[in-house]
Amino acid sequence: MHISLQPEIIGTLFGIPISNSLILSIITASLLLVSGFLLVRSLRMIPGKAQSFIETLLEGILTFMSQALGNKEHAKRFFPLVATIFLFILFNNWVGVLPGTGSVGFYEEHNGEQSFVPLLRSANSDLNTTLALALISVAAIQWYGIRKLGFFRHISKFLVFTKGPIYFFVGLLELIGEFAKVLSFSFRLFGNIFAGEVLLLIIMTLVPVIAPFPFIMLEFFVGFIQALVFAMLTLIFLKIATEQVEH
Amino acid sequence: MELEAIKSIAAAAAIALGAFGPALAIGMLAGKGLEAVGRNPEAAQKVQTAMILSIAFAEAIAIYALVVALAIKFA
Repeated sequence: MHISLQPEIIGTLFGIPISNSLILSIITASLLLVSGFLLVRSLRMIPGKAQSFIETLLEGILTFMSQALGNKEHAKRFFPLVATIFLFILFNNWVGVLPGTGSVGFYEEHNGEQSFVPLLRSANSDLNTTLALALISVAAIQWYGIRKLGFFRHISKFLVFTKGPIYFFVGLLELIGEFAKVLSFSFRLFGNIFAGEVLLLIIMTLVPVIAPFPFIMLEFFVGFIQALVFAMLTLIFLKIATEQVEH
Repeated sequence: MELEAIKSIAAAAAIALGAFGPALAIGMLAGKGLEAVGRNPEAAQKVQTAMILSIAFAEAIAIYALVVALAIKFA
C-alpha cells in the first residue's frame, strides 16, 4: 500500500518535473477546453441536445450566483471566474474517483526497495494544485476589490489610520485573515480529497469487491460539495470585497 | 517506546481530539438551520445557502486536524 503526501514525479519536460497529479489536471483541463470548443462551434439559435444541456447547467450556476448575490449584473461579472473554479475542481475530483486513478502505474527502485508509482492521481490531492487555486482566488478577490473601490479605499480596509488604535488592530487582523484565507482554502480542498483517496485505497486493499461502492459514492458527493464550497466562498468574499465601505 | 509506535498514537490522538469540536459545531449548525427552515419555509433557499457555508467553515477545522494527523503518520 503506497500513501505519500507528495505527488510522485513521473518524468521531466524541459527541466520541469511532471507529477502524476499534473497529468490528471491537464487531462481535465483539455476535457473542458475541447468540449467547450466543440460546443461553441456548433451554436445554433434553436439548440440541440448537448447545447441545451450545457445551457441548463450554466444557467443554473448563474441563477444560484444571482440568488447569493441578489443582483444579476454582479453575478454576470463574477461568473467566468467562479464558474471556472467550480467546473475545474468538480471535474478534477470526479475524474480522480474513476477506476484507473491510483491503480495503473509502474514499479520503481529506490535505494534497493521497490515502490509503486501510480500514473494518475487525483489532481486536488496534491497541495500544489489546491494552493495555486487558493492563491488565484484570493488574488482575484483583491483585484476585483481594487478595481471596484480604487486602490486607496481598498487598502483603507486593512490599514486603518483615521479611526483610532482599536480599528488599526482590527485592520491588521483583517490583513492576517486574508493570508489565512489562502491557507484555509487550500487545506480544506487538499484535506478532503487526499483523505478520500487514502480512504478508498485502504478500503480497496481490505475488501476490493463490493465494499468500495458506498465509499466511491461518498467520494463523488464530497468532490461535488468541495467544489461548491470553494466556488461559493470565493463568491461571498468577492461580494464582501466589492461592497462599498459604509461606516 | 519506538518512534513508529509514538507516531501512530500521535496521529490517532490528533484526529480523534480534533474531530470533536467540529462535530458538535456542525450538529448545532444543522439543527438551528433546520429549525429556521421549519419556522419559515419560504426562506429555505437563503437559510440553506448560509447553512452549507457555515458547515463548510466548521468542517475545515476537522480537516486541518486530519492533515496534521496524516502529516505525522506519513511525512
